Amino acid sequence: MASETIIQSEDGVVRLHTPPELAKIPLVNHDRSFHWITENVSSICEEKTRKWWWLAFLFFCPIALLVPTLLSYQVANGVGVWGENAPFGWAWDITNFVFWIGIGHAGTLISAILFLTRQKWRTSINRSAEAMTLFAVMCAALYPGFHVGRFWKAWYLFPIPNWNGLWQNYRSPLLWDVFAVSTYFTVSVLFWYVGLIPDLAMMRDRAKSKIKQWAYGIFALGWRGGNRHWQHYEMAYLILAGLSTPLVLSVHSIVSFDFATSIVPGWHTTIFPPYFVAGAIFGGFAMVLTLMLPARLIYPQIDDMMTRNHVDKMAKIILLTGSIVGYAYLMELFVALVYAGNFYEYNAFYNRTTGWYSWHYIAMMTCNVVAPQIFWSKKMRHNYIVVFGICQLVNAGMWYERFVIIGTTLGQDFLPSSWGHYTPSWVEVLTFVGTFGFFVTAFLFFMRFLPMICAFEVKAVKPEADPHFHPQDDGHHAKPAEAAIH
Amino acid sequence: MPQIFPRGANLVPLKIVLVLAVLGSAVPAAMWYYWTPKYTKIGYQPAQPVPFSHKIHAGQLGIDCRYCHSFVDSAAHSNIPTAQVCMNCHSQVQRDNPKLEPVRRAFATGEAIQWVQIHKTPDHAYFNHAVHINRGVSCVSCHGRVDQMDEVYQAESFAMKFCLDCHRAPENGLRPLDKVTDLGWTPPTKSSELAALLGTTPEKLKLKPDATLSPANAQKIMGNHFKDLRGVHPPDSNCAGCHR
Repeated sequence: MASETIIQSEDGVVRLHTPPELAKIPLVNHDRSFHWITENVSSICEEKTRKWWWLAFLFFCPIALLVPTLLSYQVANGVGVWGENAPFGWAWDITNFVFWIGIGHAGTLISAILFLTRQKWRTSINRSAEAMTLFAVMCAALYPGFHVGRFWKAWYLFPIPNWNGLWQNYRSPLLWDVFAVSTYFTVSVLFWYVGLIPDLAMMRDRAKSKIKQWAYGIFALGWRGGNRHWQHYEMAYLILAGLSTPLVLSVHSIVSFDFATSIVPGWHTTIFPPYFVAGAIFGGFAMVLTLMLPARLIYPQIDDMMTRNHVDKMAKIILLTGSIVGYAYLMELFVALVYAGNFYEYNAFYNRTTGWYSWHYIAMMTCNVVAPQIFWSKKMRHNYIVVFGICQLVNAGMWYERFVIIGTTLGQDFLPSSWGHYTPSWVEVLTFVGTFGFFVTAFLFFMRFLPMICAFEVKAVKPEADPHFHPQDDGHHAKPAEAAIH
Repeated sequence: MPQIFPRGANLVPLKIVLVLAVLGSAVPAAMWYYWTPKYTKIGYQPAQPVPFSHKIHAGQLGIDCRYCHSFVDSAAHSNIPTAQVCMNCHSQVQRDNPKLEPVRRAFATGEAIQWVQIHKTPDHAYFNHAVHINRGVSCVSCHGRVDQMDEVYQAESFAMKFCLDCHRAPENGLRPLDKVTDLGWTPPTKSSELAALLGTTPEKLKLKPDATLSPANAQKIMGNHFKDLRGVHPPDSNCAGCHR
């Protein structure tokens, strides 16, 4: 490598010398041993439940219970208890759907795309990011199902032959959505679970109680860590990574088709698919950090595996995708206000930026485009409080983005006589709050009962895992002078 | 390390697959049998107060359906005949038959005979008999060969799919207007006879003059002819066409 120079030190030993500023940042700090990694990953599940866990659980679980409560209320009383009414056929429900489904994208990006591109830093965060993906998709999937009003008829979304002679409308992007999201969820579950198997076996082998041995043992599927097992595992994981990679791009593209294939000004734009995908990854990484930073605080033992370096890299991705999103916002404005010359398009964006919901637009711009620019500074990327704060702004900003797209467009479309204002009802506000409760509660359970860091992959990215590895100065490279003597 | 699972655990995956296979077929079968709505129940044949035989009246005697169901071509609802209609003949014929006692009583008192309804559509589906009869949809399409039934039973499943199968391909159900109540009638299969029936020539139907058609094909050619002639455009994807 060009960055390395061979020097001969005074004692005559030849070493590869890398200048310190070009040295690779270690992925595991303090040169922890394999045993240390095993102990510290599994201790989270094995130790006594910590006090903060109970506090967090007692706080978030009642919030999570809002979801079944209010959905029952909605089913019992009809979809009218939500605030949607003409012209707002969609409002908070679809906003929240797109919000949650977008968050899921970081998990697949980390687990699949970063795997295929050999980004080794993904190893310590991929499992928790994938778990987060699954919980986010669950939150998202609830909205289209209940938004149809008669939840018990939601099975009509799937092509099941029935005696009513009804069949799905394959020309509708809403149906594509059903397939995109359900495929995404299935592949994500499989990917997450296959990656868990070796660690479940580790948990099984360490478990002391019969119940734990059985619980982990059943799901470990008889993993013994033999050569054949690893060979099959690696192949299965690679195939699933290959399957997931197009999904990162396709799912949110199809979600954007819900809007883009309509002829409503403000929705009918070809820029939507890439712009939605970038926004999804942007919002997803913000949510990964939102969960990860407190988790590091609570479990200091994972600090050496989820390092400052990881946070730094994720902040950079937020900066990149945030800027792509910002470019898309400006391009939308340019096309609508300057370039296209379409009156309705012009009007939609004029109203979006200066109309009733302009403060949503300003909030979106500030949170999504301006705020992440602070990550140009390395000092800021390394300040956890700043990173956490920016991530919260991004979370809020991405929600505003979806509401701006849906709300401002529907509120003021072609006919001024049918314009209208929208106010969410208490039911949908509390349902949305409840989904956060569910999201965090599910993540708490995940942290407590499953190894949240992929122990065997973290071991594999340590220098010792390289077959050519040897400790420094172990005499492996003979001194030239001695070599000459013998 | 000791084994966690007993030896029998090796068979558990196989057992799970078997149980799922059995449940996976038994549950849909049970739901199909017990939970399908009653209006889809082919063969439903309740006991009627009078053992009225359609086989004798419509089949042997050849009485037209509309002699008794007299509003079927002018009203949405097809009426059940009153006792007076029965007594048109039975004041002369079979005057002392004990089976006809409920009819004579109804005629005397004016209280209707309590017939049991067999064919039902759900309340939210709007079905108009007259529209179908006047466009040449035969009684047999929905009610089967009533002229061969001693006592009437349901011959077809009245699920929505049954309606839609015909609404999406109405040519399979259209026939000459004077054959609507002729339940056993089928179109002629000789192309020259079929063309004569439709008042045209085999060449105009793009048929060879001496060709013999399959019954289904003959029906299709005839049905398409009447579909265009009578302007038949049944609601096939507009829910509000039938669910008003």
